[in-house]
Amino acid sequence: MELWQSLPLVSIILPLFSAAVMIVLRGKGARAFCFAVLGGETLLSGFFLIKIRAFGQSYTYPMGHYPAPFGNEIRAGLFEAIALFFFMLILLLSLAGGLHKLEEHVRKERMPLYYAMILLMTASLSAQIFTNDLFTSYVFVEIMTLAAAGLIAAHGKGRAILASARYMVMNMVASSLFLLGIVLLYDLTGHLLMSPIRQQVAALAAEGQYKLALIVVVGLITVGLSIKSALFPFHSWVPDAYGTASPASAAIMSGLVSHAYLFLLMKIIYRVFGTELFAVTGIENVLFVFGLAGMLIGSIVAILQQDLKRMIAYSSVAQVGYIFMGIGLGSRAGMLAAAFHLLAHAACKSMLFITTDALIRASGGSSDLRDLRGAGFRARLTAAAFAVGSISMVGFPFLGGFPSKVNFVRAVIDIDPIHRIPVLIFLVLSTWLNTLYFLRAVISLYTMGKQDQPRREERVRTGIAYALSLAGFIALNAGLGLFSQRIINGLLSGLSMFS
Amino acid sequence: MILTNYAEIAAMILFGIGLMLLLLNKNMIKKIIGFSMTDSAIFLYLAAKGYISGRKAPIVTDGVTSAEAYINPIPAGLVLTGIVVSVASSAVLLALTVRLYRKYHTLNLDEITDRARKGEE
Amino acid sequence: MARQLDPNGQSLYARFSRYLSEGDDRLDQDMIREVDAPPAVHDPEPVPPSAPFPPVAEGVKTRHTRVATVAYQLIAMLLTAAISMLLIWTTAKLPSFGDAQNPAHNEVARRYVENGMDETGSVNLVTGMILDYRAFDTLGESNVLFTAACVVLMLLRSGSREERIEIEADERMEDRNRDEILQTAARVLIPMIMMFGCYVILNGHLSPGGGFSGGAVIGAAMILYLNAFGSGASGRFLTIRTFRFVSVLALSFYSLSKAYSFFTGANHLPSVFTTGVIGNLFSAGLIPYLNIAVGLVVCFTMYAFFALFRKGDI
Repeated sequence: MELWQSLPLVSIILPLFSAAVMIVLRGKGARAFCFAVLGGETLLSGFFLIKIRAFGQSYTYPMGHYPAPFGNEIRAGLFEAIALFFFMLILLLSLAGGLHKLEEHVRKERMPLYYAMILLMTASLSAQIFTNDLFTSYVFVEIMTLAAAGLIAAHGKGRAILASARYMVMNMVASSLFLLGIVLLYDLTGHLLMSPIRQQVAALAAEGQYKLALIVVVGLITVGLSIKSALFPFHSWVPDAYGTASPASAAIMSGLVSHAYLFLLMKIIYRVFGTELFAVTGIENVLFVFGLAGMLIGSIVAILQQDLKRMIAYSSVAQVGYIFMGIGLGSRAGMLAAAFHLLAHAACKSMLFITTDALIRASGGSSDLRDLRGAGFRARLTAAAFAVGSISMVGFPFLGGFPSKVNFVRAVIDIDPIHRIPVLIFLVLSTWLNTLYFLRAVISLYTMGKQDQPRREERVRTGIAYALSLAGFIALNAGLGLFSQRIINGLLSGLSMFS
Repeated sequence: MILTNYAEIAAMILFGIGLMLLLLNKNMIKKIIGFSMTDSAIFLYLAAKGYISGRKAPIVTDGVTSAEAYINPIPAGLVLTGIVVSVASSAVLLALTVRLYRKYHTLNLDEITDRARKGEE
Repeated sequence: MARQLDPNGQSLYARFSRYLSEGDDRLDQDMIREVDAPPAVHDPEPVPPSAPFPPVAEGVKTRHTRVATVAYQLIAMLLTAAISMLLIWTTAKLPSFGDAQNPAHNEVARRYVENGMDETGSVNLVTGMILDYRAFDTLGESNVLFTAACVVLMLLRSGSREERIEIEADERMEDRNRDEILQTAARVLIPMIMMFGCYVILNGHLSPGGGFSGGAVIGAAMILYLNAFGSGASGRFLTIRTFRFVSVLALSFYSLSKAYSFFTGANHLPSVFTTGVIGNLFSAGLIPYLNIAVGLVVCFTMYAFFALFRKGDI
């Protein structure tokens, strides 16, 4: 066991320890410490990515002196490393970009607690990415849920607390279903670690015993995680939560939290059930249908929105539908498309949420889309970033969204005759709908409005951290677009060592 | 087997009742009670799963360490962890309820949504 | 003896039958009205006890809401029954209760029971399991508690100086009616509860107990102290600073020592903490120290939750 192979352990323990220390710091010290830890974590994950790419295979790391299945363990491979590195970058950029508005919104005494919650989310993210045990994943999912509830309610306005309460209620339903699924699975197999469970489940399915119980278990765990990641019929908490939170919180939640749960769902499908069992139970088709419905309905409702933040929130629902459609295809290519879209969507949506604050300021404090006219001339960098994000979501070449849609098409054409027609139709429809609301917003940004609109700053001033973060986001999106082939190859080999 | 799994069946009935309370009732405190019921149901189920008839609790007494003398210790550990997670989630939900009540003076979630929406306009 | 009437001038029976007929929305309104309204000094003119149903003022609307309420309750009951039936049907086919041949009682459980005492050094096999074999889960669990404490602190701790002065003024008014009986009983009970809590924590690996249960017991003692003697007395040593200090110490010790344990385990290095003589108080490697750390975190978190819910400040 070489030294660099302990990096996943460090990436989990370092934020946990720092969150405990954060509670005694205050003011500028707290902020500097948080950014130092996040920066260190990003560098660690980058270094780990390089090392594991050279290593070429995944390995398990026992947590304790006992081998699995007697002790706990974590498992690291290329897919996990890529995901961790990207998510850490997005977290760092989102926090840096939204910091200015955050310090306005949240009371000074509460900022160290906010940073503590961000660090706990980082630890939970690492743990969910690397874990090889179902019960551990449940515990760390709970950490992320509670921290996210705190993030939404951070600035204490009435609507945000209501949104946080509704978020918590839906998530508690999901947690109970998830836990019940894990408990039933333990009853059937007697193991909590993912690899032994898979062997047992395969044996049980081969014998034909406990058929109904297995279907119910797969259903419970899938529904639990789908509610948490805002799949179509369970997305009611999304518009309020993302629309009323501070931009940094909304960016972190839409870019990180639901994607961590989606990653966990992919991991459970691969490592606990296996794709054959998942296909046999028919739940895969349910996910596919709900994904398609989410794509359509999310976009339609987004078109009808008047509020900028809620429009972006509904667009999130639509994009998560893409990912579920990819998972629901059931093939390796479908999973690859879903995995790439995971990264592309996170990079893009966080950037869109970070730009909302300056855009609102440039429209005189109103978040209504009609007041957005001409804001492109008053907040140039912000509007440029918003434009880049919008056209990336729509699928313009050279940015992250384009290879993502190409992957989806590649996953069905020639390979998958059953799903081919619905996927192609819905892809075209949703791209058209995305254009309707995103490009409409971008065009209205750059048209000069009437001169007699309410007072607004002539040039919206933004700090240097904000400018750097937006530049970083644009670079990340462009990188996803230009180097997509290399990333896709990495994801492919990562997925092959994933199960 | 429906005749022997009493504890498990009671747990599932409780789980169903609690889940419906959590989802459908409009009063925040009743939702929290529902959540508490679902988690208690899961712990009841787990505790029942650990039991093996005729054996004792897993504390080593008189140096007897054979596996035939004690029940399964794993579900007990899972229940310990689960109870703490349930307490933590209930605490956060209750804190949110207290803040909502202080601001809107009602516990009914639909009422609060209406008042919040009116407050914005 | 005059019949007890509530501030609205209605008897308990009248309120109960109104609740039955109109659903629990009215009960919520009554609860809220009671909480917010000042206590009635004079009884308003009493409602005749033979009128259980209030007069129907808005005819059709009441019938609509009544139908909607009944429909809602029916649908709720049907859905509950459906979900419970599905789960019961699943459970009916699962392994039987108490059967030794269940798949859950496999080689993992066998090893925990047979080798648990020798490998972890703890006589209590459950403690050995959660603090040694599956220690990663317990690390996550303590951090769940810490996360909840952070979120509740952020939501409920009054931020501004004016709010804190107001809360202190309320406290001083309450302090005038401190309960004699409660204080006398507390003076006797609190030391005993704390001693019992410490015993449960320290003997986590020798008998039933552990950090979580012992921590809850000590937390209860601290809550009793706050209730009996008021926040003036408890605020002298149970402040936010104590909470922060204890949390930092306990949680950082926990994460760092567990990181050391995981690192030595994965790299097959021997750990500094050996199991020692089984049955001693300080045996079983790290387990007694972890129990103490966990107990401290739990008791202060319990106290913090209570103090924050009660008056918005620790």
